[in-house]
Amino acid sequence: MSTFVVENRIWDKAETLPRHELVALQSAKLKETVERVQNVPFYKKAFSEAGITPEKINSLDDLQRLPFTTKADLREQYPLNMLAVDRSEVARYHGSSGTTGKPTMVAYTQNDLKVWANLCARFLTGGGLLPEHSVQIAFGYGLFTGGFGLHYGAERVGASVIPAAAGNTPKQIMLMMDMQVDALVCTPSYALTLSEFIIQNDIPRSALNLKYAHFGGEPWTEGMRTRIEDELGILCFNNYGLSEVIGPGVSGECAVRDGMHISEDAFIVECINPDTLEPVEPGEEGELVFTSLCKEAMPIIRYRTRDIAALKPEPCTCGRTTIRMDRVTGRSDDMLIIKGVNLYPSQVEQALLRVEGTAPHYLIEIDRPDRTDVATIKVEMTDKSFSSSMKELQELKEKIDHAVKGTTGLHMNIELVSPNSLERFIGKAQRVIDKRKLND
Amino acid sequence: MKLKQLSVFLENKPGRLRELCAVLAEREINILTLSLADTEQFGILRLIVKEYDKAKAVLIEKGFVAKLTDVLAVNVNDQPGGLSEILKIEEDSGISVEYMYAFTIKNGENSILLFRFDDMDKAVDALEKANVNILNSIEFYQRAEG
Repeated sequence: MSTFVVENRIWDKAETLPRHELVALQSAKLKETVERVQNVPFYKKAFSEAGITPEKINSLDDLQRLPFTTKADLREQYPLNMLAVDRSEVARYHGSSGTTGKPTMVAYTQNDLKVWANLCARFLTGGGLLPEHSVQIAFGYGLFTGGFGLHYGAERVGASVIPAAAGNTPKQIMLMMDMQVDALVCTPSYALTLSEFIIQNDIPRSALNLKYAHFGGEPWTEGMRTRIEDELGILCFNNYGLSEVIGPGVSGECAVRDGMHISEDAFIVECINPDTLEPVEPGEEGELVFTSLCKEAMPIIRYRTRDIAALKPEPCTCGRTTIRMDRVTGRSDDMLIIKGVNLYPSQVEQALLRVEGTAPHYLIEIDRPDRTDVATIKVEMTDKSFSSSMKELQELKEKIDHAVKGTTGLHMNIELVSPNSLERFIGKAQRVIDKRKLND
Repeated sequence: MKLKQLSVFLENKPGRLRELCAVLAEREINILTLSLADTEQFGILRLIVKEYDKAKAVLIEKGFVAKLTDVLAVNVNDQPGGLSEILKIEEDSGISVEYMYAFTIKNGENSILLFRFDDMDKAVDALEKANVNILNSIEFYQRAEG
């Protein structure tokens, strides 16, 4: 358990605006955003198809008349057809994390980067970061928004940043000890890896000065929080974001740690039933939908995140007036996050199709036996792929492994199973067994 | 010259091998010899049965993956160096053994080993040139059934 206490601190006044002022601000910014996206052919077309002109959008009540934007839409507009500004005004590009297929590119103007850093500074402050603290960022620096987003957010707070980037666990621990780092930023699963290294190498807790950590980039559970807090003796804070909306900084926990405050001056959040697309009852779980209010380079209207979570409209005891969201508990599509990499089961199917003789029947099993995700693909043996030679069967497994790695970027265990041993489905196939949730 | 071996895929699951044996028993198919190659997760059962076509058909009917593969039944001198001699012949011809197993009936000075080589035709040539006795299927089944 951590003996460290995070005091309740609020970064800026946008977090505590009275609701009526916030609503007025959102309405005005929504109108601006709707006008801005008229520069984007995709939105111009979508608006005209829905029979909406910018003049018709005057208040937040009009939001529901606007069309949704989906991941598929963004993919179709690859790379930069969603830009609302001239390319010369773009200061930085990022891309969606995950697979080796084409990423979804996102863009930021200088002003977007400033806004973004401020949003990250907010949740970092809410979760204990002070200007005199040092923070080690063990997120990937690259197209992934995590590394750079948190980096500039922490700098904005005035903290000392150690851009350790992802991987190289021994070096991470060395830096953490030698630099007497106060705060850690990474994915929760990487925190487990770090913790394991510390335990295995008998590094005494007193060698570390670590007080708290900010986790994001993948869904996690309260069980994981308790475990990491117990093992590392720190406080863990959850934050949420996605590159399509801005990156990290969409929401984050405060000292109360009861839901993540959504920066409502920058985003409008909705929570919908993914089937009917109607809003769910307040406090009920649904798919989160975000509309950006401040973004210049790539404003986004009603982006369907596919993330399932509940909103908490009641005010938090910390004094912020912003709405909170609970942990993301699932997806409304079949996307999986394995070792931080986004995966759709259909990618496995595509890989199997490329290996001659394999059946279209497969099952993905994901487990977290200890700390790391382990994914196994069960593939049915066929007359065509079977051989009496062990060498050839091993080669078949390697071929499948190679094809899967090629399409998903992930190494998975391949298991050859008897024909017809995998369940057959009428209608929607259940191709995934995710055992990870059961462990927490 | 070549002998038909029935190869069956077996997932490592309790009861799977017994199930297979039961299928063959029910059709009164006798297993003359067998070998099991296994990994942690699956195995390959290699069977020598006289009625291999029938055996293959019933196994497939029961949901197994089964395949016929050629192997060579070689008469090997049953004394120290007997196997080494055979392997030397193949090695000298640049042929590798993919797998092999023994057939347990002894016939005078000889025992029978079953081989799968990476190049079966070349292997036959090399063995014949060296005057090694390869049993054809008629000889083999005669021997097997005494």
